[in-house]
Amino acid sequence: MIQAILVFNNHGKPRLVRFYQRFPEEIQQQIIRETFHLVLKRDDNICNFLEGGRLRTRRLSGHGSRAQPLCRMWDLPGLGQEPMSPASAGGLSTTAPPGKTPIHPLLGDLHHYCFFRQYSSVSLIGGSDYKLIYRHYATLYFVFCVDSSESELGILDLIQVFVETLDKCFENVCELDLIFHMDKVHYILQEVVMGGMVLETNMNEIVAQIEAQNRLEKSEGGLSAAPARAVSAVKNINLPEMPRNINIGDLNIKVPNLSQFV
Amino acid sequence: MALKMVKGSIDRMFDKNLQDLVRGIRNHKEDEAKYISQCIDEIKQELKQDNIAVKANAVCKLTYLQMLGYDISWAAFNIIEVMSASKFTFKRIGYLAASQCFHEGTDVIMLTTNQIRKDLSSPSQYDTGVALTGLSCFVTPDLARDLANDIMTLMSHTKPYIRKKAVLIMYKVFLKYPESLRPAFPRLKEKLEDPDPGVQSAAVNVICELARRNPKNYLSLAPLFFKLMTSSTNNWVLIKIIKLFGALTPLEPRLGKKLIEPLTNLIHSTSAMSLLYECVNTVIAVLISLSSGMPNHSASIQLCVQKLRILIEDSDQNLKYLGLLAMSKILRTHPKSVQAHKDLVLQCLDDKDESIRLRALDLLYGMVSKKNLMEIVKKLMTHVDKAEGTTYRDELLTKIIDICSQSNYQHITNFEWYISILVELTRLEGTRHGHLIAAQMLDVAIRVKAIRRFAVSQMSALLDSAHLVASSTQRSGICEVLYAAAWICGEFSEHLQEPQQTLEAMLRPKVTTLPGHIQAVYVQNVVKLYAAILQQKEQAADAQAAQEVTQLLVERLPQFVQSADLEAQERASCILQLVKHVQKLQARDVPVAEEVSALFAGELNPVAPKAQKKVPVPEGLDLDAWINEPLSDSESEDEKPKAIFHDEEPRHAKQRPPEADEQELARRREARKQEQANNPFYIKSSPSPQKRYQDAPGVDHIPVVQIDLSVPLKVPGMPMSDQYVKLEEERRHRQRLEKDKRKRKKRERERRGARRHTSLHTESDEDITPAQRVDIVTEEMPENALPSDEDDKDPNDPYRALDIDLDKPLADSEKLPVQKHRDTETSKSPERQDVTVVEKKSKKPKKKEKKQKEKEREKKKKKEAEKGVDLDFWLSTTPPAATPAPLPPGFLQEEPGVNAAVTAPKEEPRGEEQDAGEDAEQDLEKPSEQKKKKHKKDKGERSKDKKRPKKRAPPREGDAEPVQNGALREEPLPPMSSYSLLAENSYIKMTYDVQGSLQKDSQVTVSMVLENQSSSFLKNMELNVLDSLNARLARPEGSSVHDGVPVPFQLPPGISNEAQFVFTIQSIVTAQKLKGTLSFIAKNDEGSTHEKLDFKLHFTCTSYLVTTPCYSDAFAKLLESGDLSMSSVKVDGISMSFQNLLAKICFHHHFSVVERVDSCASMYSRSIQGHHVCLLVKKGEKSVSVDGKCSDSTLLSNVLEEMKETLAKC
Repeated sequence: MIQAILVFNNHGKPRLVRFYQRFPEEIQQQIIRETFHLVLKRDDNICNFLEGGRLRTRRLSGHGSRAQPLCRMWDLPGLGQEPMSPASAGGLSTTAPPGKTPIHPLLGDLHHYCFFRQYSSVSLIGGSDYKLIYRHYATLYFVFCVDSSESELGILDLIQVFVETLDKCFENVCELDLIFHMDKVHYILQEVVMGGMVLETNMNEIVAQIEAQNRLEKSEGGLSAAPARAVSAVKNINLPEMPRNINIGDLNIKVPNLSQFV
Repeated sequence: MALKMVKGSIDRMFDKNLQDLVRGIRNHKEDEAKYISQCIDEIKQELKQDNIAVKANAVCKLTYLQMLGYDISWAAFNIIEVMSASKFTFKRIGYLAASQCFHEGTDVIMLTTNQIRKDLSSPSQYDTGVALTGLSCFVTPDLARDLANDIMTLMSHTKPYIRKKAVLIMYKVFLKYPESLRPAFPRLKEKLEDPDPGVQSAAVNVICELARRNPKNYLSLAPLFFKLMTSSTNNWVLIKIIKLFGALTPLEPRLGKKLIEPLTNLIHSTSAMSLLYECVNTVIAVLISLSSGMPNHSASIQLCVQKLRILIEDSDQNLKYLGLLAMSKILRTHPKSVQAHKDLVLQCLDDKDESIRLRALDLLYGMVSKKNLMEIVKKLMTHVDKAEGTTYRDELLTKIIDICSQSNYQHITNFEWYISILVELTRLEGTRHGHLIAAQMLDVAIRVKAIRRFAVSQMSALLDSAHLVASSTQRSGICEVLYAAAWICGEFSEHLQEPQQTLEAMLRPKVTTLPGHIQAVYVQNVVKLYAAILQQKEQAADAQAAQEVTQLLVERLPQFVQSADLEAQERASCILQLVKHVQKLQARDVPVAEEVSALFAGELNPVAPKAQKKVPVPEGLDLDAWINEPLSDSESEDEKPKAIFHDEEPRHAKQRPPEADEQELARRREARKQEQANNPFYIKSSPSPQKRYQDAPGVDHIPVVQIDLSVPLKVPGMPMSDQYVKLEEERRHRQRLEKDKRKRKKRERERRGARRHTSLHTESDEDITPAQRVDIVTEEMPENALPSDEDDKDPNDPYRALDIDLDKPLADSEKLPVQKHRDTETSKSPERQDVTVVEKKSKKPKKKEKKQKEKEREKKKKKEAEKGVDLDFWLSTTPPAATPAPLPPGFLQEEPGVNAAVTAPKEEPRGEEQDAGEDAEQDLEKPSEQKKKKHKKDKGERSKDKKRPKKRAPPREGDAEPVQNGALREEPLPPMSSYSLLAENSYIKMTYDVQGSLQKDSQVTVSMVLENQSSSFLKNMELNVLDSLNARLARPEGSSVHDGVPVPFQLPPGISNEAQFVFTIQSIVTAQKLKGTLSFIAKNDEGSTHEKLDFKLHFTCTSYLVTTPCYSDAFAKLLESGDLSMSSVKVDGISMSFQNLLAKICFHHHFSVVERVDSCASMYSRSIQGHHVCLLVKKGEKSVSVDGKCSDSTLLSNVLEEMKETLAKC
């Protein structure tokens, strides 16, 4: 199962957020932030997997030693080690000054150990089973959080399929396409992954279905039907050359109102 | 109104759309939050408007804001409004928003049920698709229950696009509504062989997901998956299947054997790295499951290791990483083959990618041996030194400890070295694993007796330099090691060379800055030290020195009395008083050392955690039984204590044994000592001279370690582990020389001159003897401790609910809830009953060679046996294709099982399947020639089944023994269907089945499957019947006899669905026919037409019979009663086996077998009005005779006539 699909840019701004497990919005944002910080640290030439921490029970048999559960989030540096202050979300990774207990913005003044535990009870990342698999394309990170039933290399291929599909549907996709057409990106994703399970891996099939749905939408007039299209046409026209007044029926509209939308 | 519309669309012009919103947010970087809250206000306004386009636009923007972290659940109702829009454009927006923000806590979610149901049955595949996609994200248990049946219908949709989505979503439905798993499973299984690869992949996906959680329930699917694996070319599907096999093999090692070959073929042939990797992984899983006694798999291991090496050497970091990951799995079972690649792993330790370094570390864990441990740890220590980032360094630290301590320090040959490593590790800055190091120090010092002297010297040095440890790294917990150091110095103070100095170190004022629990240990061990020093001084008769020590304590202890930590404070004040008392005694020149050291006499032995829990309850001890019988209730409460008291005393007196003589006492003492010696909880005395507290025999078995004096006990100065590497080498060299010398002597004696490569030191691990021995006292665990790991199971696992046995036939109660026809509801007619799948397992007495096996199997649980037959067979033979002809009859068992299961689900359209008839089935049964052959025999008949009585007869031993009271399980049954054709035209095909129920004596339910055979959309279907005096259609209240009953669904092209109608019957002794009409509107592109189809509904007498189990004694009584009239028929020319014959009668005529002896069987059934019908069926050469007895003669003769017809077809 895929637990979540996140797309964000080099600054951690979310471009597509698809959780297949319910999290309150603030936790979602937190997960996005933390995931971002995890992948940001990684060079492009190191591997694309991040394994979830294991709730390890290490028992040192012997006198007086009890089972010592070591709760760790990730095998890798990052989470908890460095406080994720809102300021650092802008893309700079800050290192915690030595001697200072990491403080998490949401969970307050908790030692990161407690943070792990509290977090792991709610988090998709908390389970031992989960790992992050990501790919970095130009300005965007595509991150899939999956459990052990998914093949790592398979998911990497799937990300590739998804991105190539986006590329076909948007014709040379760039970050701006994702920004302005988040809904369309979702519709494309829905043809690839459904409810956390892979629906289709054949790109031609995916594109065919997307196009069929787009045609259907067009035949219905689309969301931005005639009037809205007129507006966008108006918006794109050089304003100073426009007549100051337009008469539509008996309603008189002052054009300057439009300028705010430009 | 028109104006309002225009105005609405004009307003709409100026609404922001999603793009405007995004642009706006980008333009307001500095006051984004303010801008967004403004936008949300606008959106709220837009949502209030009637125009659905405006609403949809608003919801679309909300979805975007949700991504930015804004809660949009307040708009849930508006989202539902947009979901129910008729246009796909809007609907899709609504469902997207819902999928992003709906969850089980959304209260309006229940309002969506009908909307979703409508969308699911929408004629547009994209409406359906979007509803399925949305639902997959927010399905709740309620939605799952209500919609399960609709979704199941969609699994057989004509469009693969819908089918694959419906199949996938079933997993979510199962999770939320586990009861649906069994009814839906047969169809899901069927989808594994769907012609569309997408649907097939979806089904594989779902089953893999299910099987991953509860693999044992899916073992029986292994043959099917095996076939898929060898035939599929879709890598995605292959990966899933191969992963699934990886999960299944641990449960069934034979499966693994079967898999090895095709998997190795794939490994050789595939070019896809992902597939190669998964194959290797599964081969590893197989090898692990086979780990013992498979000689010829070394080739497979070699292949795997070799392929993995290629991965690891690849420049792609991902492959490198995965290669190491897989390698570590092999390591567990085949360490030797991995150890050959040590160079590669060590090389990876230097990789720039940290995750790869960590994987390599994992591998190292398994690669160490006595020979290379020091070398590897040395390398790791250099990594520790240059590691940047505390996490990685901590990881290294724990790995070093893991590696060294694994399997009870198996690889450590020199503990002095290890202690020095630990001490070196304490100098790590900022590690948070101080407690780990501490635990190791304690453990080693306790277990390795020979090392205590050395450990104590090191620990006292550590205590001496405590300021280094404590000051620099107090925050990180490295000071935990002081805890261990203090305890070791105190407990083993006899080994201390300068106890006085250590004592002073422990009493420094700086100590009070340590954490409380460490102070407490300090205080406690100060006294131990004190006791040791006192003893020493008194022995030396140095009273002066003794008093000085006491004085020191009296001066320094108060600093602990002021400690903020309760424990430290309490101990300190207690001990302070004690010392003051000692001081007084000393002043009077009383020797006190003896008494003070008595405080700490005795040795602590290790006891495993959970030891107590694992003590088995002794045989014969019933913990729930009353020790004393509870007092009777009649006694008043006040009396109780008195009574007990009163009772007890005289008994006590009575039982006092007579004075035992001396001999007896001695014997008992001996017995007690023996018992204590074997009792893990009895703290044993040790034979060490210092602790001469007890000197009991029976503890000699604790191994006392001999110190190998070839190693100097102390390395001068602070320990440097490196020195030990050298020393160890020397030691080993010496050892080797000695050994060689011995060998050489021996050899020379044997054969002079025949010099072999003695100079080549093929030193194996076993040759290296450790310098010290570790005490692993077996009694850490109580005897017969139960190796239970029950505590590991998580009771809250959501997947537990899906741990459902799928091979068990479906029971009556198991079906998906259907949206019921209201007639059925008003009349509360029971649902049809024939839900159970007949088991068709058989074994023929011919199979003599298998008999033995089967007997064993019979002993097992029934269910296992059933599952086993298929799988055993599949696993025990070469692939079916290879041996087509001489198959044992047992093979056939598999097929009907599949078959019956496939047709088992009830409340869904059957027409389609029926129509598809043979084709579909042959598709389904491609696996082998035999199946096809078999199938042809029973062409065209589809199976339903009959109810099986709850109580089953014990397994049969042979044919001669009677079968009692059960459905027949002997032989494969041909597929059968109780549905018969009612009417058919170019638009629609109707099939029906009539069912009675014992609860309603005058009603029968007619289940009618309607299948749309045209390309039109059928709606407004209405069924009307011309009532007769005897039989009437139950209509909704208030409608006249001439009104029709509407069919509660519409039929898109190619879809079938089932409706149920209730009829009231007066007399059931004769069969009858009712004329009726189905009217409907067929709508297609050209327009809609009103159509109708006439039919004749045939109520046979059989349809009034209800399968009822009967016991043979009751049956006998019934026959003896003499109230029954008798009749009989005989049919000639029957070639069918008796087994199948009975099954047919059971199935089509609703009888159950009471008893069967050879080719003669008694059967029973009951009519809905309570008539008993008893049959005696006898099979001759070519004929069958049926004698019947019934409380109504007309009914009997009619039933027999009908039966004759059925039999004549055989």
